[in-house]
Amino acid sequence: MPEQDPKTRIHNFSEVALGYNLELAITEAKRCLQCKNPTCQQGCPVDVDCKTFIRFVAEGKLEEAYLTIQKTNSLPAVCGRVCPQENQCEGSCKLAPTGQPIAIGRLERFVADSYYAKHPCDDDKKQKECIGPKSRHKVAAIGSGPSSLTFAGYLALRGIKVTIFEALHEAGGVLVYGIPEFRLPKKIVHTELEALKAMGVEIKTNYVVGSTLNLQDIFDQGYEAIFIGVGAGLPRFLGLEGENLIGVYSANEYLTRVNLMRAYKFPDYDTPLPRGQNVVVIGGGNVAMDAARTALRLGAKKVYVVYRRTQQEMPARREELHHALDEGVRLKVLSSPVKFLGDEQGKLQKLVLQKMELGEPDASGRRSPIPIPGQFEEIVTDLAIIAVGTRSNPLLLQATPQLKLNQRGYIEINPDTGETSIPNVFAGGDIVTGAATVVLAMGAGRKAAQEVAKRLKLTA
Amino acid sequence: MGFKIVKKRVLIPGRVTEVVFLAPDIAPTAKPGNFVIIRVRENGERIPLTIADKNPEQGTITIVYLVVGTTTALLDLLQEGDEILDVCGPLGKPTKIEKKGEVVCIGGGTGIAAMHHIAKGHAEVGNKVISIIGARTKDFLLFEEELAKFSAEVLVATNDGSKGHKGLVTEVLDSYLANHTVQEVVAVGPVVMMKAVAEVTKKYNVFTTVSLNPIMVDGIGMCGACRVSVDGQVKFACVDGPEFDAHKVDFDELMHRLNSYKQQEELSYKQFCECHGKEKKN
Ligand SMILES: Cc1cc2nc3c(=O)[nH]c(=O)nc-3n(C[C@H](O)[C@H](O)[C@H](O)COP(=O)(O)OP(=O)(O)OC[C@H]3O[C@@H](n4cnc5c(N)ncnc54)[C@H](O)[C@@H]3O)c2cc1C
Ligand SMILES: Cc1cc2nc3c(=O)[nH]c(=O)nc-3n(C[C@H](O)[C@H](O)[C@H](O)COP(=O)(O)OP(=O)(O)OC[C@H]3O[C@@H](n4cnc5c(N)ncnc54)[C@H](O)[C@@H]3O)c2cc1C
Ligand code: FES
Repeated sequence: MPEQDPKTRIHNFSEVALGYNLELAITEAKRCLQCKNPTCQQGCPVDVDCKTFIRFVAEGKLEEAYLTIQKTNSLPAVCGRVCPQENQCEGSCKLAPTGQPIAIGRLERFVADSYYAKHPCDDDKKQKECIGPKSRHKVAAIGSGPSSLTFAGYLALRGIKVTIFEALHEAGGVLVYGIPEFRLPKKIVHTELEALKAMGVEIKTNYVVGSTLNLQDIFDQGYEAIFIGVGAGLPRFLGLEGENLIGVYSANEYLTRVNLMRAYKFPDYDTPLPRGQNVVVIGGGNVAMDAARTALRLGAKKVYVVYRRTQQEMPARREELHHALDEGVRLKVLSSPVKFLGDEQGKLQKLVLQKMELGEPDASGRRSPIPIPGQFEEIVTDLAIIAVGTRSNPLLLQATPQLKLNQRGYIEINPDTGETSIPNVFAGGDIVTGAATVVLAMGAGRKAAQEVAKRLKLTA
Repeated sequence: MGFKIVKKRVLIPGRVTEVVFLAPDIAPTAKPGNFVIIRVRENGERIPLTIADKNPEQGTITIVYLVVGTTTALLDLLQEGDEILDVCGPLGKPTKIEKKGEVVCIGGGTGIAAMHHIAKGHAEVGNKVISIIGARTKDFLLFEEELAKFSAEVLVATNDGSKGHKGLVTEVLDSYLANHTVQEVVAVGPVVMMKAVAEVTKKYNVFTTVSLNPIMVDGIGMCGACRVSVDGQVKFACVDGPEFDAHKVDFDELMHRLNSYKQQEELSYKQFCECHGKEKKN
């Protein structure tokens, strides 16, 4: 797929991957073997009928292709961009062993983008096919990330009135506050949200469930079921000396300032942002890559990603890691942060690292990093971003003591129905699994929606 | 949903203003110690402001703000009938209020507004409330009348001696504690003031609560911008606070962190002033 050149793209926030044109898409779709027993669909957490939609693309029938995907996936333009397809549909494609599976994600993206280009759902005149609420049932979802959006989309398509309560001023969850513009343009998320609104989904922003109102209030307002999709938004810190110096950020804060608050457009936007010259990102996952690539685009001279194991063990998707390296992000592996040093004004100046080596494989077969005695390194830095994971946000959970949690502090559900320990209250996404992926969150939203539809006696 | 301003009252011309606005979903659950996060325009910042009062019957809440930068200045441009774009709350843990005897409530600057709601809460459960308020000069004192309605005494300190004690609120506090037994001291105001209060009350071994005002973004525990050190541990002021045991707070760290964006705040405010033809005041 065509991409923006790395030298150009580190100076802008535009999307890196440029997408197929019709000709490229048809050529790719025609490679599909149209297997008798397709395995791609089984690899998809939301059960997209890949074979059928790819056949429609090969025939140039993009409308039909879109409608096929939309039957089970309410956010195709998002999924086509951010899903780890290599472990899902493409990983299960019969051509995968050849190293050339069908580029299902790219096709999905192309189909969704083409459809939205032709049918902007926010254009009133074209809304004929958009379905409004028909039944007297109403249900609620808390949080507006991919799990809740999928829950809402599934039920709205079946004529149920859905209201989403979102704490922030803008809907979309991690899709708007976490994943950067250059990987997932906000416009795409907005189009998907408009498509949902056109189906009658109501989104109420600035509602913090657990403080503005609680679950009982929602039931009292006549909602028959509630889906909790509040994500795992509480950032982890390292507990190291100097971690509260000016210039030390959680990846959540850094990315929220840039994405949700558009601080990269300061001072036209009011939210300020530190513009680090020598940036250090701690962690080896996708979030670390997003933070590092964002810092580059904001003009950093050097950006290091510090990780305590080696490049092989990094949990980030290969594609994201390579994008980062192409753009000039440098890796500092086998290094573990020890403390942050600052000046008298409390500003970050240096990060001290302990050098590590890989030891014997542990029980899981992974070689764990062990410190090399006496070997330390100092990096000069004015901006350190900590991307070492998140935990469950306790706000709603503390306000709802009846909600049963598992040992890790996430909500416990019945795996068959998605129902929590409170009847007719469902949960899914990161608040159940811990930080995972967009499509797994969507799968969970869909499962809960199916159960709700069943209870409300709708045909699934 | 419109957060329509129903009343706007200038408390100190050119400085402090009180705004009462419709927030029918927030008013019924707002408690002393809670705050809201507001945003005034589409490209605006999210800023925290204390809920200074509420009226659940009319569905309104009250905020009191000091114009210090872009967002508070933008807020000040709004008039009765206008709507505040986004208001999210009530946030933070409410003040722990229980009947315990005598409580001294100290407020400095706009902190007096926040302190007022807390002091009222203490009076409502039957505590004897002594209010101590301070400002540079008597024209900058806030809520004196309102506090007098439920306080056993309102003690005043001004730097220039134009009213009450000439000097600092902490001196008034010190002499009060020397002669009275008090169960709790509550202080809300500039960080330097809260730090000084904590030093005084430590001497008398009186339990002290302060309401911290770090920079915030989301206000719901998702970013860590608001982190403060309390008893050597990291706490998120927006969800674990904003009130903490004063004797355990690292005030110096908080003061540093409040300066994180000094230059950018000045740049932003300068731009605002140029756009709106205002003189930058200090
Ligand atoms: C930087 C970053 C990059 C990522 N990249 C990828 C990727 O490339 N591919 C991929 O598949 N996954 C990626 N992920 C993971 C993916 O985004 C998440 O797994 C997914 O968004 C989880 O969805 P969710 O529906 O559980 O909730 P979230 O998307 O977390 O949304 C939860 C929403 O609930 C709201 N909320 C929280 N508490 C309350 C409350 N009390 N009341 C009301 N609302 C509340 C929040 O404000 C938020 O909007 C990434 C994550 C991050 C942080
Ligand atoms: C829980 C909480 C409750 C608050 N309640 C009130 C209130 O009731 N009334 C009120 O007037 N203010 C209150 N504040 C402070 C208020 O949030 C800031 O004054 C506001 O964010 C300034 O925004 P600005 O864009 O106008 O100015 P900025 O341009 O952001 O800042 C201008 C100046 O104000 C200082 N400043 C910035 N943020 C803060 C802060 N959080 N605390 C103190 N000084 C700051 C800066 O250092 C700078 O000197 C509260 C803060 C918190 C955390
Ligand atoms: S303001 Fe973001 S965690 Fe407190």
